[in-house]
Amino acid sequence: MSFIAFLGAIELGLVYTLPAFGIFISFRILNIPDLTADGSFVLGAAVSAVLTAAGHPVAGLAAGITAGAAAGLITAILQTKCGIAPILSGILTMTGLYTINLLVMGGRANMPLLNNETVFTLSAALFGDIFYKLELLLFIVTLIFVLYYLFFKTQLGLSIRATGDNEDMVRASSIDTDSTKMVAFAISNATIALSGALVAQMQQSADINMGAGLIVIGLASLIIGDAIIKNKTITRGLLSVIAGAVLYRLLIALILTTNLAPSYLKLISALVVAIAIATPTMKKKFELKKLQKKEASLC
Amino acid sequence: MLTMKHINKTFYLNSPDRRTILKNFSLSLKEGEFISVIGSNGAGKSTLFNLIAGSILPDSGKITLDNKDITFLSEHKRAVWIGRIFQDPSKGTAPNLTVEENLAIAYMRSKKSHLLKGITKKDKAFLRERISCLGMGLENRMNTKIGLLSGGQRQAVTLTMATLVKPKLLLLDEHTAALDPVTAEKITELTQSIVSSEHITTMMITHNLTTAIKTGSRLLMMDEGKIAVDIKGEEHSKLTVSNLLERFSQNTKKNLNSDRMLLQYD
Ligand SMILES: Nc1ncnc2c1ncn2[C@@H]1O[C@H](COP(=O)(O)OP(=O)(O)O)[C@@H](O)[C@H]1O
Ligand SMILES: [Mg+2]
Repeated sequence: MSFIAFLGAIELGLVYTLPAFGIFISFRILNIPDLTADGSFVLGAAVSAVLTAAGHPVAGLAAGITAGAAAGLITAILQTKCGIAPILSGILTMTGLYTINLLVMGGRANMPLLNNETVFTLSAALFGDIFYKLELLLFIVTLIFVLYYLFFKTQLGLSIRATGDNEDMVRASSIDTDSTKMVAFAISNATIALSGALVAQMQQSADINMGAGLIVIGLASLIIGDAIIKNKTITRGLLSVIAGAVLYRLLIALILTTNLAPSYLKLISALVVAIAIATPTMKKKFELKKLQKKEASLC
Repeated sequence: MLTMKHINKTFYLNSPDRRTILKNFSLSLKEGEFISVIGSNGAGKSTLFNLIAGSILPDSGKITLDNKDITFLSEHKRAVWIGRIFQDPSKGTAPNLTVEENLAIAYMRSKKSHLLKGITKKDKAFLRERISCLGMGLENRMNTKIGLLSGGQRQAVTLTMATLVKPKLLLLDEHTAALDPVTAEKITELTQSIVSSEHITTMMITHNLTTAIKTGSRLLMMDEGKIAVDIKGEEHSKLTVSNLLERFSQNTKKNLNSDRMLLQYD
């Protein structure tokens, strides 16, 4: 792997740590699968691209975050106030967002950002070296990490963690679990949309399909992270997500150095996630079979 | 303080499987009363608690707490005044949170406004002190995930959580039934000492006739969604198992010794 490819992989790992953080909130902390992610990522990218094209890249990030939070809120409302099952709620929002995202980009499926000022050109001007992307992304990921760390220590953060653990207990403490879910989904999708907003400016284009498979990528990062750092606490959990996301990108970069076509990547990611999640169950079944055989041979 | 008037509750109301559990049920509690509730399986005891706590809503009737109509108030809003413990020790606590974090969440009932504040040093000291009152050494395990504690320890923490901020009403639904006899005895003692020192109005469902008679100041015996026996005051202090059974047979024309009652006494 060349140095440039290596650097690129680390950068991608960092920028895709953010959706993995978001997925960590929904899948791990709340224990509720949220499929809004694919849509809110593109929403963040679309909003960011439009504002960047208009000359406001920083506002683009802020608007992306806000739009993502709104998308998460809608999914949470569908779930809590309208009684729609979590998976379907996410699918509904994601599907609706497809149209919204097209509308945001002025009816186009793709929006190039050539020669526009972006947060990355701003960073390049500030740092003046080849690591300007890495430096900016490191700053943002660290900032979000610290904000998450602080937030999950607050009473609201604690209530959200408890909501994923035992909703009855949270309600018994006179806390409205509908509200804790809404806040959690908003934060989760805001973080995912921030990633989309950054990716659009980094790759200088937003595309209606750029969110496809995002959840699987996020889950793969979580699983790889689990394997490296046993995440007993929120802090270790978040650290493991960063490690997992970066390692995932390095693995992909390694695979790409072979002559495999990039179109195979999604299939490989899906297989990795499926195998990783299936392994404990398979192991148990295998051990049970062995035990049964042994018993059979005894008589 | 708590009144229930003409409560009706039917499950599966508009289906052929409709089951009427409570029919024109009325009950009134006085401040500071400790009521033992006893009755066969399916008599409607837990349904009664669910209605009081707001986990389910009545089809008709009215529930008030300190003269405030709470009939249709949401569960989490009532929880400010109503503490509740279930039979299953895992129901009252969040297993992946530490003892301290669980207590901190229960403590939030007292101060709603500081959502973005963390647990302060002062809070920590207070929670630690309260948990040390249990005399189980749990104050040295404040940072242990609660899922790692035994059922009895968890039930003790749940008891502290439910009474950390003094509730107007404490509902105990067979909260010692899943524990071994020695632990159950210990939790019963703790319950009594907390309830009496804090003067908490309490309703306790139990399967044990002796416990029911020994504990509290009033005894309710439920049968098929109705109050079959209600004993308080002078009469309560002289109550024995045999005259309770007699009262029950008189009121319901049923024999309590039939094995579907599934009651124990020792
Ligand atoms: N949520 C519910 N839906 C349908 N039936 C219920 C529900 N809750 C309780 N029941 C029924 O109501 C009856 C009374 O139950 P319950 O109040 O739990 O009795 P107890 O606590 O006295 O043993 C039982 O027959 C039970 O099956
Ligand atoms: Mg019951």
